[in-house]
Amino acid sequence: MNVLPIGSWVAVAVDWIKANLDGLLSVISTVVSFLVDGLSFVLLMPWFYVVILIAALIAWLVRSWRLAIGTVVSFGLIVAMGLWVPAMQTLALVLVAGAVAVLIAIPLGIWSARNATVRAVLKPALDFMQTMPAFVYLIPAIVFFSIGVVPGLVATVIFALPPGVRFTELGIRGVDSETVEAGQSFGATPGQILRGIQLPLAMPTILAGVNQVIMLSLSMAVIAGMAGADGLGKLVVEAISTVNIAKGVEAGLGVVLIAVFLDRVTASLGSLGEHPASLLGMMARRRTARRLAAVPAAAVATPELPVEEKELQNA
Amino acid sequence: MSETALEARHLFKVFGKNPNQAIRRLKAGESRSAVADAGTAAVIDASFTVNRGEIFVIMGLSGSGKSTIIRMLNGLHEATDGSVLVAGDPITGIPASRLREIRRDRVSMVFQHFALLPHRTVAANVAYPLELKGVGKTERLAKAEEILSLVGLEGQGEKLPSELSGGMQQRVGIARALAADTDILLMDEAFSALDPLIRREMQEQLLELQQKLQKTIVFITHDLNEAMFLGDRIAVMRDGRIVQIGTPEDILTDPANSYVEQFVQDVDRARVLTAANVMERPRPVVSENAGPRTALKQMRDAFMSATYVVGRDRKLIGIVTDRDVVKLIRRGQSTLTSVIKPAAQVVDEDEILMNLFIPAVESPLPLAVADAEGRLVGVIPRITLLAALGPGSGATGEINLPVLPLPQAEVDAVLDDGWTAEPSPNSPHTSNSPHTPDAPTEEVTR
Repeated sequence: MNVLPIGSWVAVAVDWIKANLDGLLSVISTVVSFLVDGLSFVLLMPWFYVVILIAALIAWLVRSWRLAIGTVVSFGLIVAMGLWVPAMQTLALVLVAGAVAVLIAIPLGIWSARNATVRAVLKPALDFMQTMPAFVYLIPAIVFFSIGVVPGLVATVIFALPPGVRFTELGIRGVDSETVEAGQSFGATPGQILRGIQLPLAMPTILAGVNQVIMLSLSMAVIAGMAGADGLGKLVVEAISTVNIAKGVEAGLGVVLIAVFLDRVTASLGSLGEHPASLLGMMARRRTARRLAAVPAAAVATPELPVEEKELQNA
Repeated sequence: MSETALEARHLFKVFGKNPNQAIRRLKAGESRSAVADAGTAAVIDASFTVNRGEIFVIMGLSGSGKSTIIRMLNGLHEATDGSVLVAGDPITGIPASRLREIRRDRVSMVFQHFALLPHRTVAANVAYPLELKGVGKTERLAKAEEILSLVGLEGQGEKLPSELSGGMQQRVGIARALAADTDILLMDEAFSALDPLIRREMQEQLLELQQKLQKTIVFITHDLNEAMFLGDRIAVMRDGRIVQIGTPEDILTDPANSYVEQFVQDVDRARVLTAANVMERPRPVVSENAGPRTALKQMRDAFMSATYVVGRDRKLIGIVTDRDVVKLIRRGQSTLTSVIKPAAQVVDEDEILMNLFIPAVESPLPLAVADAEGRLVGVIPRITLLAALGPGSGATGEINLPVLPLPQAEVDAVLDDGWTAEPSPNSPHTSNSPHTPDAPTEEVTR
């Protein structure tokens, strides 16, 4: 017997929101579907090899020419399996969901890093969001936004948000306290410290969070397919319902190939210019070499005392 | 010079759940450990003033509260009780914007682990305080380059901090604090993270800079030698309280309690005490107008083979030796001028003992100490120099002299006939002889 009908209460609340906040919901719905449809339209507009070349160029820019070749091969495989259109729809969904999640997560992370109360409230909420089975979000989402890409995206954002918040908070708290004190001691305002010291120094950690957000978004692509969002997820759901092994494997493989590309590229964002084989890394090295060539004399004649002299002083 | 730049009045800092209760109880006389249930008392009733242009060192072991104190001086830690005044203006209990203004314009800080911004170039790091003040980009980078050359880092501005060694990084830290162009500089264990060779070099460079710039510096350290080397005045802290404030010599020669005494035991006295601290009344010394006989008598009384000669105003002119003076007397001349030789070893009264050993060994006489005008203000016999290095009151107190050997004639007599003749009345037996109150034997035997 259900003594405590929490489920019914939530259902009532959902009905109330549906009835009273319809305007807000339809605005969200319009904006989200415009973004996803727009992005997938842009990705599908040119010839597929144009998109592949751009993706390969990005891979070379941030990581290495090897990743660029891998990108060409894996995207070529997707084309060869005849999955180009659903793959691009999934990519659009993941990118928009990831972007929305990051836009919400980073400010929340900053806020909770600076305010103990916010952190205390946010921590259980994040735990809840991450552990609640993701399918459950789909039910109210479908009630609010009906079948399609929007409920899938909303569920994805909720599920993918927590690591973004956590990594941002961790990154900002992890900034050396002396460095922050240095900013304070020269009279910087809290905003100047955030922009000039905390965010730049926390950036590698924050970008690791962004990587996690994108990967979680991709893992939600199948669930979004259950809500009726077009893309690889929908193919997987169809394959399950018809027990079609071939279709299921191909669609699943498509997800994996996109996942590898997104993971390698976003993981490199945290260390831009540090990968020796990347285009940005090569440009950074050339800049350094030019800089050192400009001041060779000064660099050699550092004003350190010769060793013997130092020893004499301490004798 | 004695104008007050910074003042702390009855500062308290208690971390923990009930700081105000803890302070009430501390003021009522309870000890630090007794109030531990109400909070951790990091600083207890600290009062001091820092004069303009001086280096004020706060010294103590870790956990003594020194880092907390320095952070209260620029408001990084808010004082739980008491007040801090920067040039007379309180910085406790003022709005945050006013506090930021004071930090921008009056007080800057150098950190133990440099606290440079790793994503900015050295020049941009140095220019950071100027950026916060709203100085334009070209102007502040020009200023940064100027200050970098002041600390010996010219041409390094385009590098990233991670490309520099520890000592050079801390120079950037100092340059950044100097760029803020504040009168007061707080240095929190600024050289503690550097290795000993570099540390000594940085200390010397800081003193050089200080001579040029005349800032007011509050320097935190746990290293007593560093405190003694840099400090014009030193505050010694223990368990949150200041136990003694004084000049390095005060603390070394007159420790306030057994804790300070124990602390200063292993201090390198040779680097702290100066010639002026250990020198004695100059002797033997004669005026240039004195005759050869006076000079010879002086030398005989002091058991020396030479004597210092001073002119009017006690300016040191040189030395004369007993052999030369004897020749003068035999020739019947009445002035010393013809035999005065320049004194080879003369040291400044501010010279540290460390640098006196070689001159003392080379000098035929007790080492001459002159002031800035070249006046002979004292002498340092070698034995005094040695005694000053030991702990206790040796630096300033009475010295036990070794027993003088018997006069040669007397020894010869004993060896010849096995019996001692009555010693002649003017030849000394022991150091207690009235004629030789403090003549070191080593000079006699030359």
